[in-house]
Amino acid sequence: MPPMQSLVAAVTLVLIAAVLVQVRRAHIRVEYSVSWLGAGLALLAVTFYPGLLPRLANFAGLQDESLTLLLLVGCIFLFVLFRLSIVVSALKDNNIALAQRLAILEYHLSHLNEKETQRS
Amino acid sequence: MPTASSLQHTAALEAPNDLLVLIPAFNESACIAGVLSELWEILPGCAVVVVDDCSRDATAQLAEQAGAQVLRLPHHLGLGGAVQAGYKLAYELGYEVVIRIDGDGQHDPRDIRRIYDTLKETGVEMVIGSRFLPESSGYKTTFLRGLVIRFFRLMLRPILAQPVRDPTSGFVGVNRAALELFSRVFPLEYPEIEALVVLQRCVFRFREVPCSMRPRAGGQSSITLWKSVYYIVHVLLGVFVNILKMDVRRLGGR
Ligand SMILES: Nc1nc2c(ncn2[C@@H]2O[C@H](COP(=O)(O)OP(=O)(O)O)[C@@H](O)[C@H]2O)c(=O)[nH]1
Ligand SMILES: [Mg+2]
Repeated sequence: MPPMQSLVAAVTLVLIAAVLVQVRRAHIRVEYSVSWLGAGLALLAVTFYPGLLPRLANFAGLQDESLTLLLLVGCIFLFVLFRLSIVVSALKDNNIALAQRLAILEYHLSHLNEKETQRS
Repeated sequence: MPTASSLQHTAALEAPNDLLVLIPAFNESACIAGVLSELWEILPGCAVVVVDDCSRDATAQLAEQAGAQVLRLPHHLGLGGAVQAGYKLAYELGYEVVIRIDGDGQHDPRDIRRIYDTLKETGVEMVIGSRFLPESSGYKTTFLRGLVIRFFRLMLRPILAQPVRDPTSGFVGVNRAALELFSRVFPLEYPEIEALVVLQRCVFRFREVPCSMRPRAGGQSSITLWKSVYYIVHVLLGVFVNILKMDVRRLGGR
């Protein structure tokens, strides 16, 4: 295995291990570990399955296998990041709506309390 | 149509009870009390909600001490999120007209009447207090901001199918229809320009009335030079996204 591929394989293994550890500790929710694990497994497949990378390079019309691998890594993580942006945006929207609702409810509540104290 | 005399004589009257004045405020402890006392001088008894966006200073306490209702956001949302929170509250409380003014004393409460009357008399959904109409008086803005405003004016013209002189004005009145819309859909961070496009998407109308602007009464503008670059990019993208939504809607409607 060329050094480039060993490096990617090593980093990928560390990544997968780290994701699994974090999922176990509940720092990453299972649904968000899926894209990381999927990305990691795809990279492992490419680095360990001998014929795959040359075929991919050939398919992409590239001479250089390392470059192909790098591009592949880039694309996969672009996809993961894209997915995360969607998740973060949805979370932000929900979070803002929630903060607004909380503020409004507190407003109503404090007015109810005022009315109560006026009555008694 | 508002006649000149109706505008002059209304200044001393009690504030209409279907009107809510909304003041988004972030770190405005230097100005907020003065803004409120001037407002009530002009519009006695006017309902006011100050939306405190988690200010790090005493803005909320000072507003409360001055007698305003304060909507306290649990964490910092930015201008758009704060204004929308105010719109949602106003909608729930049943107000017919909501007029937003700045918490830094730049807007003259004497202009609130004109915005209110124009909303009521013309039936348009939104009225903008504009610094740049021929009748507007007073402070305009800095040179750089003037350029930015000119740029957005040109850009918005074909989108809105109607000229707008002061698209970045924060002195804005809305009626209940627009209130309902903005409670559901409202841009975050820098809302003014995008709100116009949102309005256009719903085929709502707006109109501008002259108002006089003043320099800040104290404190500092939240928009620094670096932020104004971000502002332009952010607003351009926001407008673009809203245009995309507009077209999808039109195609879907056919
Ligand atoms: N709620 C909230 N209000 C803000 C924020 N930034 C600015 N404001 C308020 O919006 C108004 C206009 O802001 P300002 O900094 O004066 O902008 P400028 O008038 O365009 O220079 C003032 O009342 C500010 O207190 C924010 O992040 N959240
Ligand atoms: Mg200001």
